[in-house]
Amino acid sequence: MSEVVHTDHHDEHDHGPEKGLLRWLYTTNHKDIGTLYLWFSFLMLFIGGALALVIRTELFQPGLQFIEPAFFNQMTTNHGLIMVFGAIMPAFVGLANWLIPMQVGAPDMALPRMNNLSFWILPFAFGMMISTFFMDGGGPNFGWTFYAPLSTTYGPPSTTYFIFAVHLMGASSIMGSINIIATILNMRAPGMTLMKMPLFVWTWLITAFLLIAVMPVLAGAVTMMLFDIHFGTSFFNAAGGGDPVMFQHIFWFFGHPEVYIMILPAFGIVSHILPAFARKPLFGYTSMVWAVASIAVLSFVVWAHHMFTVGMPLFGQAFFMGATMVIAIPTGVKVFNWIATMWRGSMTFETPMLFAVAFVILFTMGGFSGLMLAIVPADYQYHDTYFVVAHFHYVLVPGALFSIIAAVYFWFPKWTGKMYNESLGKLHFWLSFIGVNITFFPQHFSGLAGMPRRIPDYALQFADFNMISSVGAFIFGFSQLFFLYVLINGIRSGKAADGLSWEGAKGLEWTLPSPAPYHSFTQPPKVS
Amino acid sequence: MASAAGPDQSVYYVPAQGWYPVWLAFGFMLLVTGFASVLNMQKTGGSADWTQSLIGFAIVAFVFFRWFAKVIQENAEGYNNAQLKKSYVWGMGWFIFSEVMFFAAFFGALFYVRMWVVPWLGGEGSKGIVGDYLYPEFEATWPVVSNPNPEIFENPGQSMAPPTLGSAWLTYLPFMNTVILLSSSVTVHMAHMAINTQERGKLAGWLGFTVLLGIIFLGLQVFEYYEAYAHMGLTLSSGIYGSTFFILTGFHGFHVTMGTVILLIQFFRVLKGHFKEHDCFGFESASWYWHFVDVVWVGLFIFVYVL
Amino acid sequence: MNTLKSISIKGMFVAFLVSVSSMLLADELNLRPGVTEISRSVYDLHNLILLICVVIGVVVYGVMFISMYFHRKSRGHEAAQFDDNHTLEIAWTVIPTLILVGMFIPSYGVLKEIYNTDNAEMTVEVRGYQWKWQYKYVDEDYNNSFSFFSNLATPRAQIKNRQVKTETYLLEVDEPLRIPANRKVKFLVTAEDVIHAWWVPDFGIKRDAVPGIINELWAIVPEPGTYRGQCTELCGKDHGFMPIVVEVLPEREFDLWYQDKVAEKIALDQSTKTQTDTEFLTVSSGG
Ligand code: HEA
Ligand code: HEA
Ligand code: CUA
Ligand SMILES: [Cu+2]
Repeated sequence: MSEVVHTDHHDEHDHGPEKGLLRWLYTTNHKDIGTLYLWFSFLMLFIGGALALVIRTELFQPGLQFIEPAFFNQMTTNHGLIMVFGAIMPAFVGLANWLIPMQVGAPDMALPRMNNLSFWILPFAFGMMISTFFMDGGGPNFGWTFYAPLSTTYGPPSTTYFIFAVHLMGASSIMGSINIIATILNMRAPGMTLMKMPLFVWTWLITAFLLIAVMPVLAGAVTMMLFDIHFGTSFFNAAGGGDPVMFQHIFWFFGHPEVYIMILPAFGIVSHILPAFARKPLFGYTSMVWAVASIAVLSFVVWAHHMFTVGMPLFGQAFFMGATMVIAIPTGVKVFNWIATMWRGSMTFETPMLFAVAFVILFTMGGFSGLMLAIVPADYQYHDTYFVVAHFHYVLVPGALFSIIAAVYFWFPKWTGKMYNESLGKLHFWLSFIGVNITFFPQHFSGLAGMPRRIPDYALQFADFNMISSVGAFIFGFSQLFFLYVLINGIRSGKAADGLSWEGAKGLEWTLPSPAPYHSFTQPPKVS
Repeated sequence: MASAAGPDQSVYYVPAQGWYPVWLAFGFMLLVTGFASVLNMQKTGGSADWTQSLIGFAIVAFVFFRWFAKVIQENAEGYNNAQLKKSYVWGMGWFIFSEVMFFAAFFGALFYVRMWVVPWLGGEGSKGIVGDYLYPEFEATWPVVSNPNPEIFENPGQSMAPPTLGSAWLTYLPFMNTVILLSSSVTVHMAHMAINTQERGKLAGWLGFTVLLGIIFLGLQVFEYYEAYAHMGLTLSSGIYGSTFFILTGFHGFHVTMGTVILLIQFFRVLKGHFKEHDCFGFESASWYWHFVDVVWVGLFIFVYVL
Repeated sequence: MNTLKSISIKGMFVAFLVSVSSMLLADELNLRPGVTEISRSVYDLHNLILLICVVIGVVVYGVMFISMYFHRKSRGHEAAQFDDNHTLEIAWTVIPTLILVGMFIPSYGVLKEIYNTDNAEMTVEVRGYQWKWQYKYVDEDYNNSFSFFSNLATPRAQIKNRQVKTETYLLEVDEPLRIPANRKVKFLVTAEDVIHAWWVPDFGIKRDAVPGIINELWAIVPEPGTYRGQCTELCGKDHGFMPIVVEVLPEREFDLWYQDKVAEKIALDQSTKTQTDTEFLTVSSGG
């Protein structure tokens, strides 16, 4: 491991990477790092998914069958945390790493070594978090929202580790975002003005801004927790003049932008796939950019819609209800633009397109239930029931996760130089589509019927919905194992892919050969 | 082609793979897990073992040192073209923005507590019932020198509130610190000017002076904390006033410490002859950071001490 | 292959319509109307918003499915190349805005009503504990107030599947909260340890119980009966096992019960007092 003093002379640029494990540990290459992020998030999807399956198994029938309530809470908490911070976010960062340099015509990310650091923090952070399961008192068990004082005064000893794990994840996200912003603002090919940037790049630019703005606030929140636990402060304790609800304000100031962090890149992805398979330019590019920007700005002033039941003053309730409803307008603009893109196109439905279309349909459903949740008096009935669970899984699973899967299929040939098997891909889609709806649609009903979230056992009137939901969860989980098979099969024995793998695909990345060369654009291309 | 003329300036330099990042990540992990176990031990009354976090810290410090040395060396060898330097500038700018948001969380907590929570607990405002029903004794004042439940959170004897205007301000320690820190912003700026004119002596002088001011500031703050704990009964656990006071000034103080160390490193680099006219990113970013720390202090002075 | 595709696309559409309309039609799939004026307004509001969403959904998905059906390459459809249309874009910004304003106004009306805690005829303090509720009937006069705990009554054997589950499984308590019908009851909701949330779906009210903080809530229940709810804020291990049961009594009956409770409490106070008194006496005489 002698120090690598030799610098990378550009006449070596066409040489491939070095071989072996060290390539992955030491790499500074955006494609390698993108690959690491993507496989890491896939692993986390399986772990988080396995926890979800434990939850669904316990909830298959009323009564306590398999696990104890204390363990159930750890399952719920870590499922949420792992999916949000381990699966969805790193997957988007992985896509950003792979695609942004290619889409803006850059040789690599702006700060390649820091890029590697951003990734490698993650396995350590999640290692820490998962190891808490084996500590005295168990792992985090206070929900992914870790409200004080359940997470402070009443938290298990492992909370301290959890807090530092969150700090590390935050540092990773912030550095990743700084890198992405610097790449986008500084490394575009000559001629690529901001309003010529591909939408995936635009959405990530705005997402990165959101991340840099809110991850430090999360860090602040867990820091205050740390002080309340170990140094006797009273931020979240009314006896000392603080307020438990203040924790929620700070958490959701981070948390609401966070959920848009998990959807804006998805908007970008879909805005690439729909035009490619409709063989028609994206409708309303400019309004798309504005819509994303307005969603991002609005996301800072709606946080308290997660807290309608904490007892805010009337004026506050009304303000946050109104502000939340306004978000439907720019989001609607996006949905309408997508449909106008499809309208009078010449569509084919390969796997990426199927996932993208399902995204538009099912995300919109999740949006509708979101709008219902925004209506304060109605939210008094929905809040903390499975209706909320149904809402956010509709925007997260067939929303964020489907967009990621769509992106993987769409750019798979560019990454690997191979084509996946189309029939298998379609089969994967239909299994997932059916599975996801069987899992989460009935949860609307159990929620409306009054089933609270985060309970290991429930009253008898919720039994049927839960049984259906559990069956769906296993179908959906199985189909993601099948996805793994489709990918490996494609990498091993797929047909060789062309540079322009899809007839209708547009953008700089498609001007490169498949697989894309190790250093994307050593000389910047010209964009007219 | 890499020729005698040095690296090609039209190519964006992508560094070869290297060991710094993984080791840094590993060091961070050791550091924080070690620290977490120390905290947990202390809480349960066990004896704390610092070894692991110290090893972690050593790794972090070592890697940082090598990493920055490497970047400096690359720049000296001419690998960093104008575009790459701009990446560094963007990077530092957004990093400072993230720090702004970190402080925003604590300032937000302060504002929320002062504008809403304390009045409610004192029986005022739209949720005055809280105070009327649960804390009939408690009165809403800021600074909170008497807590809603003094049995759990002991009342601080005194607050850091300023004297009424007049000559007493000259001996009001936070005011002195404000003057010191504001001057240090000026001195670091003077040093920057001296780089652009390449007056090395002045540069070293102003920069050294800035570091000195930073150290004095920290010294005074340590003294202030000592007074708070030893004579004023104002501690982290004396209710929300102590909590917000120490977390805001404490994290600020931590940032001043970092800033001072960074400036000190720049000072040594100056002595080694680094920093050319308009090629002094290391120095510039240190000075931006310093200005930022300064601005935060002004916010602190106004909202934590004076108002 | 083509027919397969069009069948599956149609299938998706039909499945959507069926599920949505069934939700509107079948009562057991929808929110419950509840028994108070508030809960009914909330129910109406819910139906209104749901209906608006369904209508928008039908239009949006309709256009989408038409496009997916007709504008396919396999049907030989050539791609048009337009990429904007300002009239349309303005329309689909303005119309949703108007719809949203239309939703906001009635919502705000209901919300204001819920926030009106004036003129309550009695006050009950609701206090959440890990993992039970305490109800305290608050009165200026100490001798006219009393309190008790309300614990889960479902036997462990049922939870562990060793016994057949009864109909009120997990929704039954040893002593329910009792309130009178037709009187405005104010609840002061708080907690002892962590945050809980007090929810009775049929009253249409839910509020977090935050330690050290008081939240106000009220209800007027016209119909006597037994109403059940659950804690709805994660509060630790037994969050799923702290139900809420409210028995609404006819006014006369309630008043009688109240008197009994007060008498019981006074008697208890007295007996504990005399007990300690005698203890004191024995100790002193013995010494
Ligand atoms: C990707 C993530 C994501 C996204 C995109 C959204 C989008 C939205 N969410 Fe959601 N939400 C979550 C993730 C997300 N949410 C999560 C994780 C939680 C729970 C957290 C927890 O407690 O654990 C949550 C919870 C949550 C709540 C709190 C519920 C409660 O706890 O009581 C609320 C309340 O207002 C809400 C509202 C909304 C709204 C209004 C939108 C809007 O952005 C939706 C806008 C979209 C549309 C409306 C559809 C398309 C528009 C049209 C076709 C135009 C025409 C339409 C009309 C005029 C109606 N969400
Ligand atoms: C961010 C994205 C995300 C994703 C993708 C998912 C995916 C899923 N989620 Fe979840 N979920 C959340 C985010 C997400 N969730 C959040 C934030 C919460 C709130 C947490 C809280 O309350 O604090 C939550 C809560 C939550 C609940 C409520 C728990 C409760 O309130 O007690 C349930 C219950 O059904 C659930 C189910 C599922 C299911 C069945 C899936 C399925 O989509 C998963 C599909 C499964 C797989 C993809 C795995 C496949 C694996 C195998 C087949 C086994 C092989 C195993 C190995 C090789 C190890 N989720
Ligand atoms: Cu009490 Cu949940
Ligand atoms: Cu939100």
